[in-house]
Amino acid sequence: MATYELNAPLSDADARMLRSGDIVYLSGTIYTARDAAHKKLSELLDQGKELPIEFKGAVIYYVGPSPAQPGYVIGSAGPTTSYRMDSFAPRFHSLGVKASIGKGIRNEAVKQALKDYGGVYFGATGGAGALLSTCIKEAEVVAFPEMGPEALRKLKVEKLPLLVINDSVGGELYVMPDLAAVGLA
Amino acid sequence: MRTIAVKDIVKAVRDMCIHANRFQPADVRKCLKEGGAREDSPAAKEVFRQISENIDLAEKTGLPLCQDTGLAVFFVEIGQDVHVDGNLTEAINEGTRQGYGEGYLRKSACDPFTRKNTGDNTPAVIHYDVVPGEKLRIAFMAKGGGAENMSRVTMLAPAAGWDGVKNFVLTRVAESRSNPCPPIFIGIGIGGTFEHSAKLAKLALMRRVDDINPDPDLAAKEAELLALVNRLNIGPMGLGGRQTAIALKMNVSPCHIASLPLAVNIQCHSSRHEEVTL
Repeated sequence: MATYELNAPLSDADARMLRSGDIVYLSGTIYTARDAAHKKLSELLDQGKELPIEFKGAVIYYVGPSPAQPGYVIGSAGPTTSYRMDSFAPRFHSLGVKASIGKGIRNEAVKQALKDYGGVYFGATGGAGALLSTCIKEAEVVAFPEMGPEALRKLKVEKLPLLVINDSVGGELYVMPDLAAVGLA
Repeated sequence: MRTIAVKDIVKAVRDMCIHANRFQPADVRKCLKEGGAREDSPAAKEVFRQISENIDLAEKTGLPLCQDTGLAVFFVEIGQDVHVDGNLTEAINEGTRQGYGEGYLRKSACDPFTRKNTGDNTPAVIHYDVVPGEKLRIAFMAKGGGAENMSRVTMLAPAAGWDGVKNFVLTRVAESRSNPCPPIFIGIGIGGTFEHSAKLAKLALMRRVDDINPDPDLAAKEAELLALVNRLNIGPMGLGGRQTAIALKMNVSPCHIASLPLAVNIQCHSSRHEEVTL
């Protein structure tokens, strides 16, 4: 398990180099999107319309931040549960998205997409939204402002602390529950 | 008969929404602060370190502990000798509106189908009980979506018994894995009817971590099931470890002879709740 400092957008080589268990401090430009924004992006793709963001190399952070207090660029901003984006993620990876940031398990289709397109799934610590927000230096709504907390935002981040959960070679960091230990196996 | 002013209720609810989202209850805070020392792996320790630092930062800056400041859930006990000089439900919703607005808390309430945000985190989910006396007790919980999504109600056959309850709870926690932000709090409601079991489960999440069930048999069952949950090795944020759950509380009520209702309400490690008595 290695520790890296990387910049987003992520290169294909960076994404493919990472292995589950690696620690990454991510800087650069990333985008926020959760349920509603994923649905909307998907609809734009269906309609053949231009996307409001560049997918190539993109890192998508599954987060709906709380409102910024005066003097802050953003409110609390920790990860939301990722599986709700599983139905969209493989398509987004096929179009150039390199990584997502969230918490919780992904389905087999997402893990396969990470292998097929050289992607990575990062975990951030859920429930540490105040702490993680200190790594966000700029935030700007770039699409879907009507969605409020679910709007698509462009973030400038500095050393956002992440763990590689799923990598491009089928590695997984989350442990399997020990069902045998409780007589369920 | 004692009169309680609507404006006092609005203010109390407003303040409680803001405070609870910035400060953990003392018992929860203590468990989270001390949790790292009980883990062996660096990954589990690091999760607790970040949680601990997050608590300090929220207390210092007023940032909410988590961006998901929840749907606002209230359990209200109104004394039968209390008179409110206006609309109590509207007062609680107005306090919620003000708290989530003025406290820079996230508005997470939306229409189930259009997904259009209501804009002010109302309507709150309010449960009422009428009790003897002339006090008004309002308990608030900021209930995040991620952990709520992992919760379930089931209607077991009576023959399933305690083993059936244990299997359902363990399977539910095992399937949830890292999704609900472990280490979690588990509220279990057993008995009553379909909806009553769910209410009992949510109320169980309001109990203090060190609250021992007054019924020795239930206290033993709570301890047994918590120990089993913690053998699953899901651990902090699903990275493996001793603490998959911090507490497990069980509220029980008689049920129909045909039924064994069981509700499992899961709360994330950021178990934010408090209460006020007027």
